[in-house]
Amino acid sequence: MLITRFYSIFVPLNTQLMSALIKSSLARKVVMALSGLFLVFFLGQHFVINVTSVIAPDTFNSWSHFMGYNPLVQYVLQPILILGVIVHFVMGFMLELQNRAARGGVKYASYKGSANASWISRNMLISGAVVLAFLGLHFYDFWFPEMTYKYFGDNPENATRYLEETVHKFEPIWRTVLYIISFVLLALHLLHGFASSFQTMGVNNKYSSAIKTFTKVYAIAIPLGFILIAIYHHLNPITH
Amino acid sequence: MKLNLKIWRQKDATSKGQMVEYPLKGIEEDMSFLEMLDVLNEQLINKGEEPIEFDHDCREGICGTCSMQINGQPHGPDRLITVCQLHMRSFNDGDTIVIEPFRAKAFPVIKDLIVDRSAFDRIQQAGGFVSVNTSGNTLDANAIPIGKDIADTAFNSATCIGCGACVAACKNASAMLFTSAKVSQFALLPQGQVEATERVQNMVRQMDIEGFGNCTNTGACEVECPKGISLENIARMNKEYYKASLKG
Ligand code: HEM
Ligand code: SF4
Ligand code: FES
Repeated sequence: MLITRFYSIFVPLNTQLMSALIKSSLARKVVMALSGLFLVFFLGQHFVINVTSVIAPDTFNSWSHFMGYNPLVQYVLQPILILGVIVHFVMGFMLELQNRAARGGVKYASYKGSANASWISRNMLISGAVVLAFLGLHFYDFWFPEMTYKYFGDNPENATRYLEETVHKFEPIWRTVLYIISFVLLALHLLHGFASSFQTMGVNNKYSSAIKTFTKVYAIAIPLGFILIAIYHHLNPITH
Repeated sequence: MKLNLKIWRQKDATSKGQMVEYPLKGIEEDMSFLEMLDVLNEQLINKGEEPIEFDHDCREGICGTCSMQINGQPHGPDRLITVCQLHMRSFNDGDTIVIEPFRAKAFPVIKDLIVDRSAFDRIQQAGGFVSVNTSGNTLDANAIPIGKDIADTAFNSATCIGCGACVAACKNASAMLFTSAKVSQFALLPQGQVEATERVQNMVRQMDIEGFGNCTNTGACEVECPKGISLENIARMNKEYYKASLKG
């Protein structure tokens, strides 16, 4: 009842708001694809830094320190990234609402979605929502403490603290497990999303099948890498 | 064969409809799905009941009118066919078959299984045409050489029969496959270049106005399309659209 009320008020509002902001459905798709691709790129960069936490701890510390104190990263790239995430998931939710409304007032009594499309492609909102929840935890774990350390209180710049703080986070098994689950869902999100964004951008040429293969490999390899690094740190705590 | 049919009945566009059960006996495997409905309708008429309204015309898979959702899939379980080409041998004795109209805000139900697909006509009218000089010096179309690959691709796009299965299958009720097929058949050919910029913009605008959803590339449309129209058409339309938008 409440949900129907919410729908009857919110959905037309949502549709109006969206067509006022971005007029064409194709433009909305581009926003989704470009913000998604941007996040994919960021994910790769984040991964490279994380790899050093296993193979080159000193590099990890100095790169983390660089990211944390370089003004370009802090005041330009970081806000763009946060904005990119917000644009992507807000747009994702709004599109989903509009798409559900497009079915009309009466839904199918029987709808066999699995007959013609993968679960992954039909449930981008679910995998996306899990990733969003994870981002919440991630911000709570790393971003807020960093911001507090740097901008509140009188803490010294210390270029060697990062590795220990990071590894420490993976000590509890629950966090490591949550981390793993989230990255499995991110992999699912990217298995559809990464290739999908090229289709959205209208890429359709002799490289298309190579692009598809690359996106699938990336979608599995990068999240798997994050998972392995988390497990590694869980199994190798730093003790004094 | 003995069947248990669950069919959407709706008196007219403004009434509320509901699913009604019809047990049916004596169906031959070689009957088409529409012939099976004909048998049911004959029985209903003999009993003095209102027959089930459904669209049909050519009964050979070329007009695209015989649109309905069968057991959760447009045109039923088989691939690359319309309902008139679906045969009862695709079902088993004793099956329950759920039959509904295509569901989309842009395809309002007129009666029972018939929906109003004039939204497609309006998309087509918004730009799915080429201007031809008919003043007397009309150029013979064959005088313009066109490579076989291009001609074949354009022709494949042109085989879209406007049935609406793509919209019905899509979880977003998006009409991108239809619209992109109609854009592609002209975008690929030299005759289509004159109106290329406005065509894609106008057709996409009309598609949005009609209230279809946004494509999320699930690919359901391509699987359910009776004519095998592929997602490549959507990529092509998107590219055409961005090109047109950059030109202004
Ligand atoms: C923050 C939570 C997130 C939510 C709620 C979310 C939601 C969605 C939804 C609903 C879609 C499907 C829309 C469509 O296909 O048009 C989508 C697509 C996509 N997402 Fe996400 N997502 C999130 C995070 C991410 C992240 C972290 C990445 C990359 C690392 C990502 C990459 C993509 C890509 C590449 C697409 C495909 C765009 C396209 O189809 O053109 N998403 N997202
Ligand atoms: S693209 Fe295929 S499914 Fe869609 S209207 Fe055309 S023929 Fe029917
Ligand atoms: S009746 Fe013409 S396609 Fe089925």
